[in-house]
Amino acid sequence: MDIINALVAIANYVLIPGMAYGSQLALGALGVTLVYGILRFSNFAHGDMMAFGTTITILFTWWFQSMGLHFGVLPTALLALPFGIGGAILLALGTDRTVYRFYRRKKADPVILVIVSMGVMFIMNGIVRFIIGVNDQNFADGSRFIISAREWKEWTGLAEPLALKSTQALTVVVAILVVAALFWFLNRTRTGKSMRAFSDNEDLALLSGINPERVVAVTWIIVAALATVAGVLYGLDKSFKAFTYFQLLLPIFASAIVGGLGNPLGAIAGGFVIAFSEVTVTYAWKKVVTYLLPESMAPDGLVQLLSTDYKFAVSFGILIIVLLFKPTGLFKGQSV
Amino acid sequence: MTFNMRATLLFAFVAVLFVLEGTTTVWIFSGSWNTSLGILNMALISAIMALGVNLQWGFAGLFNVGIMGFVALGGLATVLVSMPPSPGGFAAGGLGIISGLLMGAATLFVAIYAYGHMPKGRTRTLAMLAILIVGFFVYRAIFDPAVAAVEAITPASTGNLGGLNFGDPATYKERGWVTLLSWPVGGILAAGAAWIVGKAALGLRSDYLAIATMGVAEICVAILKNEDWLSRGVKNIIGIPRPVPYEVDLQNTPSFVERAASFGLDPTTASTIYVKLLYGVLFAAVLLFILWLAERALKSPWGRMMRAIRDNEVAAEAMGKDVTRRHLQIFILGSAVCGIAGAMMTTIDSQLTPGTYQPLRFTFLIWVMVILGGSGNNFGSVLGAFLVWWLWVQVEPMGLWLSDTLTAGLADDNWFRIRMQDAAAHMRLFTMGLLLLVVLRFSPRGLIPEK
Repeated sequence: MDIINALVAIANYVLIPGMAYGSQLALGALGVTLVYGILRFSNFAHGDMMAFGTTITILFTWWFQSMGLHFGVLPTALLALPFGIGGAILLALGTDRTVYRFYRRKKADPVILVIVSMGVMFIMNGIVRFIIGVNDQNFADGSRFIISAREWKEWTGLAEPLALKSTQALTVVVAILVVAALFWFLNRTRTGKSMRAFSDNEDLALLSGINPERVVAVTWIIVAALATVAGVLYGLDKSFKAFTYFQLLLPIFASAIVGGLGNPLGAIAGGFVIAFSEVTVTYAWKKVVTYLLPESMAPDGLVQLLSTDYKFAVSFGILIIVLLFKPTGLFKGQSV
Repeated sequence: MTFNMRATLLFAFVAVLFVLEGTTTVWIFSGSWNTSLGILNMALISAIMALGVNLQWGFAGLFNVGIMGFVALGGLATVLVSMPPSPGGFAAGGLGIISGLLMGAATLFVAIYAYGHMPKGRTRTLAMLAILIVGFFVYRAIFDPAVAAVEAITPASTGNLGGLNFGDPATYKERGWVTLLSWPVGGILAAGAAWIVGKAALGLRSDYLAIATMGVAEICVAILKNEDWLSRGVKNIIGIPRPVPYEVDLQNTPSFVERAASFGLDPTTASTIYVKLLYGVLFAAVLLFILWLAERALKSPWGRMMRAIRDNEVAAEAMGKDVTRRHLQIFILGSAVCGIAGAMMTTIDSQLTPGTYQPLRFTFLIWVMVILGGSGNNFGSVLGAFLVWWLWVQVEPMGLWLSDTLTAGLADDNWFRIRMQDAAAHMRLFTMGLLLLVVLRFSPRGLIPEK
């Protein structure tokens, strides 16, 4: 019985949050990795693009809610999501047109583009603050739990509770759908294939008559959509604050690099590697250890490897280890 | 000649901005010398940070976005040097903490040694893992109880080890000169951190260095926020001794009050301005010294070598230059300069508040300064720091003025007016981003370009 209780505790505090967080990071990292693969720079403004898409989604959610429009047990934000994506796409294409295209034509050094993306980050951050302010915004509605701790205890009779928030399940399901659609697009459609060709070898792709502007535009559209979905899922699961998205930049980049920059499959793997390491290292294992060990050996402390505030250190540590031992990432990424 | 003219005119323009701030109340200006000098002091500190970044980016092309971390470490140095030791703190767990940290360092050292000296294969991996895991638990076993013991001592007022300001703890504030010693120490702390980061991440691609430095900065700030035994965490450390007199003391000194009266100033204003002026002189001295060093470095063979490496790494390597070592060297130097600036900033604040370290303010804003001023030019960085810092402070009044003008005919409770007033507070980031983009697009070499 204790072993089952221990497993339930692990599932409740490590497995489920890790899956949800990992899906969010994977979606974020996919966006970063696509920009890197096609436009060949690290986009520092990605976190703020997530925040922008989410902001628009939140505005539409509030509008729908005020009209009494709801999505049953699912959060209304899902109805508003397409509008958020649309807003983010407009912003991404507009930014590319006014800012990035100039440097692309000039064939500027990638590091200049990174600095440019820093400027874009400031502006997007400013816009988000203009629109929605800096306060915590809660926009989740619909049913809160698929399995609540109380129901679980009644069903199973176990001492250890297990709760599955609907946002967590939703996150994983949506992430799977989005990723499946993305891979279908990249591998099966003509545009997707031209994107991969462009990413592999730009000159060869140009020679075979691929229109670079079109590839770039499609990339931004996909990236904006991915960023918005990731941002909305994160916001539903936790809460929306303008600057948390900026802080997500580090784990997202860590995921993309660990998986291999420019490699979509790697970005997903990286997202889960980072998420699960963060959760396992910062989880207090006391409960699990108490279940597993005989009573006399029960630990006094929390059995926590690192305090939760050091979760940055975890993503960073993994990043450094991977960079030192496998510089192109777990899956072979691009190396310039 | 025209080049010097341009630089002189730009610096004169900045001077006019500060004089206007001090003298007139027209438009956004406050007409208060106190405000003007306050902005100037922070601008001086920012200029030192910008010089550090210019060393790394302008001279060597290293992309460091972890400035915040080095600044925070400099701030920590101020606490460690100038605060008095907490009564009983060291006796309770000082030795335990130090031996715990040494144990942690030894573990890493042994693991790296094993990696370097054992034959490649599964045995090596397992041995390294074993060393790390065992070492980690031993480290926690020594470290944790010592930390708990230290933090248990009067947690409301200290709960930390305190600093090295020995002597009578009751009068530690009178030994403000000790704080000056913390400035170079801040540089050394930052240099040490930069050495570790550089060892691990230099030689990787520029994007990777950027992410690595960004991570280190977050970790530095996380340490300050969480290690209560070191920096009291988010409980903040207040009352750091000052190298300049206190306003209250000045106001109680008859001779000072008399002097102030002869200038036609009331004692309160006179004392605050006097203190700010003293700080300004101290900071300006440090800035000029570092600027002089940086100029000498730029014009020396070493500086030419650095620029040669920046412009063509392969060619420089072919000429026998050790690119990685030179990069490490200048990375450490630049970070040390940022550390010094960080210590100075904590000095003028008289407090260490780890919660206030934000990457947008301490990393990316410094980048705007360097790019706007002209990367590769030390005077440019200083100018950029003055201008950008001035703008950073004044954007809010400007935004309020703008929203007032736009909504002039509207009632005070009009929703649009209220909305615009709110938005003015968020003008800063937007303006800085716009400034950065405009400079990069139309004048990528900055206001005072590299020669």
